[in-house]
Amino acid sequence: MKEVTGMAGVSLAPMAGAQGEFAGIAMIRAYHLSRNDTQRDEIIVPTAAHGTNPATATMCGYKVREVPVLPDGDVDVEALKAALGPQTAGLMLTNPSTCGVFERKIQEIARLVHEAGGLLYYDGANLNAILGKVRPGDMGFDVMHMNLHKTFATPHGGGGPGSGPVAVNARLKPFLPTPFVVNENGRLDWAEGDQAPQSIGPLSAFAGNAGINLRAYAYARLLGKSGMPRVAEYATLNANYLARRLVDVGYTLAYPQRRASHEFILTLAPEERATGVSAMDFAKRLLDFGVHAPTTYFPLLVPECFLIEPTETEGLDELDNFVEAMRQIRAEAQDKPEWVKGAPYTLPVRRLDDVKAARELNLAYKAES
Amino acid sequence: MPFIPHTQDDVSRMLAALNLDSVQQLFDEVPENLLVRELNIPEGVTEMTLLREMKQRAEANFSGAMYLGAGAYEHHIPAAVWDVVSRGEFMTAYTPYQAEASQGTLQLVYEYQSMMTALMAMDVSNASLYDGASALSEAILMAVRASKRRSGHSVLVAGTLNPRYTRAARAIVETQGIDVQVLDFDHARLTLDEASLSAWEGRDDLTALVIPMPNFFGRIEEVNRLTDWAHQRQITVIGVVNPIAVSYLLPPGQWGQKGADIVVGDGQPLGLPLASGGPYFGFMCCRQSLVRQMPGRIIGRTVDLEGRTGFTLTLQAREQHIRRAKATSNICTNQGLAVTAATIHMALLGGEGLQSVAKASMAGAEALKQKLARVSGVSIVGVGPGFHEFVVRLPREAGKVVLKMAEKGVLPGLDLGREYPLLRDCLLVCVTETKTLADLEQYVTVLEETLKECSAC
Repeated sequence: MKEVTGMAGVSLAPMAGAQGEFAGIAMIRAYHLSRNDTQRDEIIVPTAAHGTNPATATMCGYKVREVPVLPDGDVDVEALKAALGPQTAGLMLTNPSTCGVFERKIQEIARLVHEAGGLLYYDGANLNAILGKVRPGDMGFDVMHMNLHKTFATPHGGGGPGSGPVAVNARLKPFLPTPFVVNENGRLDWAEGDQAPQSIGPLSAFAGNAGINLRAYAYARLLGKSGMPRVAEYATLNANYLARRLVDVGYTLAYPQRRASHEFILTLAPEERATGVSAMDFAKRLLDFGVHAPTTYFPLLVPECFLIEPTETEGLDELDNFVEAMRQIRAEAQDKPEWVKGAPYTLPVRRLDDVKAARELNLAYKAES
Repeated sequence: MPFIPHTQDDVSRMLAALNLDSVQQLFDEVPENLLVRELNIPEGVTEMTLLREMKQRAEANFSGAMYLGAGAYEHHIPAAVWDVVSRGEFMTAYTPYQAEASQGTLQLVYEYQSMMTALMAMDVSNASLYDGASALSEAILMAVRASKRRSGHSVLVAGTLNPRYTRAARAIVETQGIDVQVLDFDHARLTLDEASLSAWEGRDDLTALVIPMPNFFGRIEEVNRLTDWAHQRQITVIGVVNPIAVSYLLPPGQWGQKGADIVVGDGQPLGLPLASGGPYFGFMCCRQSLVRQMPGRIIGRTVDLEGRTGFTLTLQAREQHIRRAKATSNICTNQGLAVTAATIHMALLGGEGLQSVAKASMAGAEALKQKLARVSGVSIVGVGPGFHEFVVRLPREAGKVVLKMAEKGVLPGLDLGREYPLLRDCLLVCVTETKTLADLEQYVTVLEETLKECSAC
């Protein structure tokens, strides 16, 4: 993990990405406090950031300041400069970003944040895109988490268990969450309590999601040195191919002038304006074609969007099938929009009433009297 | 092993569609100096090689008779549980964001919520948190959000709570300025020293009281009295419980006059194998009035366009992907598959099955306790009712006895000296339904042998 991330220390303790984020920001906090630097009460996140970033900063007791993203998908460096100051504890960034593009000015951003006395947090959600190709440590990040259920192929399980190990550079090493394994003259042992006096502490009762870490270890060993960059290459090839083919059948990319990373954003705003069929309707109709819909309406700054992440494991036929389904749905939206709005038709249930679910809460079965 | 299906011809066609000569060109927006030439890790190995290596590592772990509990418990898991859980429809399914395509997962979690609320006698359950300790942290944050006070929050934690829970809770909630205070316990009775509560009379910053049941030492606390004490002072009651114990004891929803407000714990005893500490899962239930403060995913029952019953994620306005910095928690991924196992486990055992596990475990613990009380120099600590764990005082330092007995194939319990200096000659022993009378006799024999050999310890 250290070599793959370019970092100096790792703890496998956090149980999922969000807990890894918590650990990372708590370490940033502990670092500043250890230097009696108590005025830093703000974490900066880009507007495109995943919701866990601002939620984590709040959980760690920080205020959140958002900086905008430019029309080309890069962070607005001028706005960042204005946001940075003695109150800045750190910046949380995903790279490639949630806009599906590589943050080209990352080295300048890292320099600016460090000059302001802040630290740089890398959200590992998109590590697949650069695995074995670019290392967060080399980009200037101080601390990061990985999502083993994303990048190291542990089963998704319908929403977990995941695992969110954290990696840090030398200055944050004393603060790593416990327990972690230490090697003392060939004797392996858990470090916790007195052995890690500056640690931010344990975040769970035992050793995190150890069984998930074991699965990720097996995957990493099977891939090895050449397998890891191959993941990034094929994930990126698939995304760029799919983006190109979707443009060919009439769709609009959110960042057309950019290379896609392992994912890209389609905006269905033109289709919505022309036909009244929304991104959500497109997503529901895709289910009828046997395709799990991509993430919809995220990032929040792109209207009517699909965030499409094919990953390296989809073959060419599968990608072409997706394009064909999207082509057909687009035609349906033009010819018979009500049909698309009524989707899905082939699943155990039709469109569900979310409003009723929230207004008339029924969260547990009660025998009818 | 690549796990990538492309042929060379596929790659050529894809590159041609992109007007590119090589895959490497796809990375031309990355500054040149950042590109890694070669990772300094070994080349990939074959599955066969890896399996052999993993088997050797596994064999280096202890695999004898297990009497160590202290928060994670060895129970029999029916073979059907993981056979069903391992099906691809559960194991590799995505998070159920597209409800219409995820009815299997969603209905299962709704059934889980139904079973947990019935077991705990509480109104609502969420879809899981990471583990018992992090669930306690979330419960404390929830109590703070529900409080009318803006700042100045102290939380009282019984000193008989699993100390690992207390440490994790501190690490997680103290970043928000919440003060976690540990209440003394009676070292002879091994229950909370209720007199210690009097020191907190009149304080106006008390937000929650954390009550374990059974407590870390397997003892039963005066949950009714403690709950009423807290409620009379507008303090939120958080119960930390073992779900197997609750099937047999008073459920937290019935503690005292009004019942506990929030209940959390580790779901591991419900069908999760011991696995070096995880993955297990944290459960959380609460009363209806607190549901909007609850963290994590919640599944609701609703209808589709044609009026058919269906299930969907609900109350998402509490969650990070909608509320961002104002969310109830940052949690996103939870312990989905572990909950799948627990739901199937509970469905197979039913209420009576869970109770028989509880009774058999308690009976086993009682039997071993009586046998150990007859061993020369050994005594039982604590009085009053207990669940399936108990504390035994040895004539030697517990840590040394544990190591010696483990060499003989019996892991006799937890050396309490690691947590409590006053209990350094004490073991926390756990017996579940997995132990036979012959096993218990072996325990006693090995202990007696060890104490003799260890006379110089």
